Amino acid sequence: MSRRVVVTGLGTVNPLGHTVDEFWAAALAGTSGVGPITAFDASGFKTRIAAEIHDFDPEVYIERQEARRLDRYDQLFWASSAQAIADAGLSYEEDDPAAYRAGVVVGSGIGGIMAFQDGIDTLRQRGPDRVSPLVITQIISNMAAGLVSIRYNLFGPNSCIVTACAASANAIGDAAEIIKRGAADVMVAGGAEAPIIEFTVAAFAQSRALSTNNDDPAGASRPFDANRDGFVMGEGAATLVLEEREHALARGATIHAEVVGYGMSADGYHITLPRPGGAGAARAMQNALDDAGLGADEIDYINAHGTSTAANDSTETAAIKTVFGDGAYSIPVSSTKSMTGHLLGGAGALESLVCILAIGDGRVPPTINYETPDPECDLDYVPNEARDVRVDRAMTNSFGFGGHNVSLVFARHE
Amino acid sequence: MDRAQVEEKMTELLVNELGIPKDKIAMGASFEADLEVDSLGVVELLMALEDTFGVTIPDEEAESIGTVGQAVDLVLEKLQS
Repeated sequence: MSRRVVVTGLGTVNPLGHTVDEFWAAALAGTSGVGPITAFDASGFKTRIAAEIHDFDPEVYIERQEARRLDRYDQLFWASSAQAIADAGLSYEEDDPAAYRAGVVVGSGIGGIMAFQDGIDTLRQRGPDRVSPLVITQIISNMAAGLVSIRYNLFGPNSCIVTACAASANAIGDAAEIIKRGAADVMVAGGAEAPIIEFTVAAFAQSRALSTNNDDPAGASRPFDANRDGFVMGEGAATLVLEEREHALARGATIHAEVVGYGMSADGYHITLPRPGGAGAARAMQNALDDAGLGADEIDYINAHGTSTAANDSTETAAIKTVFGDGAYSIPVSSTKSMTGHLLGGAGALESLVCILAIGDGRVPPTINYETPDPECDLDYVPNEARDVRVDRAMTNSFGFGGHNVSLVFARHE
Repeated sequence: MDRAQVEEKMTELLVNELGIPKDKIAMGASFEADLEVDSLGVVELLMALEDTFGVTIPDEEAESIGTVGQAVDLVLEKLQS
């Protein structure tokens, strides 16, 4: 009998909420998390908007002496993981043999980029003897997984995935695989990003990927709309606790959903642009369906990658039609990035969370700011209002610079 | 700057720069054992001492700092020389 993987813990901190409940209520209400950038003075930047988390207090989760040593990226993942581990009702003492069967996988696009920027500033302005001894530990993306293992005594597999905007989808998929092959019983898996700094906003703007709709922040992220002009950067984290099914049942854990499919592919085409026609994305979706043993008519909801860039949204639409055929038109497809902005490496985990909540709640969140149809984007994007839908199986897509394509399928647990 | 002033500034620095809870700080407190300042934290501490007091502390002299009081002694010595 093969090992099955279920989700027993959920956590998030993102622009729509500091907890899962806050986030879900705001997402169903169609709330935009986008506003003028407050993290730094963005006047003089082409893009002056982002989806920021306001009033995040790391000291709710982390002692001050420790918190100040961490990049914001680490703090966000720590916070979402603390919530998820508490939700799962798990705790390990240092001498607990079960701790060796519990691990962490984190995904991030650019990890502690804030510390990187500040460290280089210090080096240039004040010289080599003023560079912080902590800056390397703050920069490296894997540290978030290390920190969670240190805090919660998780002594099993521990790693980090860096596949740009597909990173935390990969983290969840890989963590599920680790449980399936028997190397762990519990995996804390998710991702985080804290990219709203001068360097990153300037750099993404120069790559012409960001919306410049500075006059209408709440309307700037408009996936699948004909007037979309780029993505809106967001920050945040989401974590799932994954658990081997028998292990979860034996301890009477609340099971939120089951992880049933994981598919990957590479576009093998261009460093930033998707392969026209979406063949790469389509193969990731098909691989996930095949892994789940599901037919194309068995998916009830798709949380799209839906970045609000010209290229992604039309290509992803084509890819969905390749996989689902005429059935594509009857599947609700929404992009919650219309509200949360694009959490880069954190997006896959947050959108996995959306799928799991949709399964549990029987409602799917909308794609907001959908006003003007694009002939190349002709699916049902759940425009502007949440919808009651019985969701037994949901797919989420994540695609990253470099041509990394990942699809995950979650199912109601029975 | 007299000892009392250095002690006051030292406490301020430990609270603000290193995030150490104020109630744990005493002149006899060991950085490592009492204040949980690890090897990376010691480097931060040295940089903060140099910036705050305008002194230079070579690495080999830094090894003599075990307690808050010893850090105060070293700063006073540097200020006077």
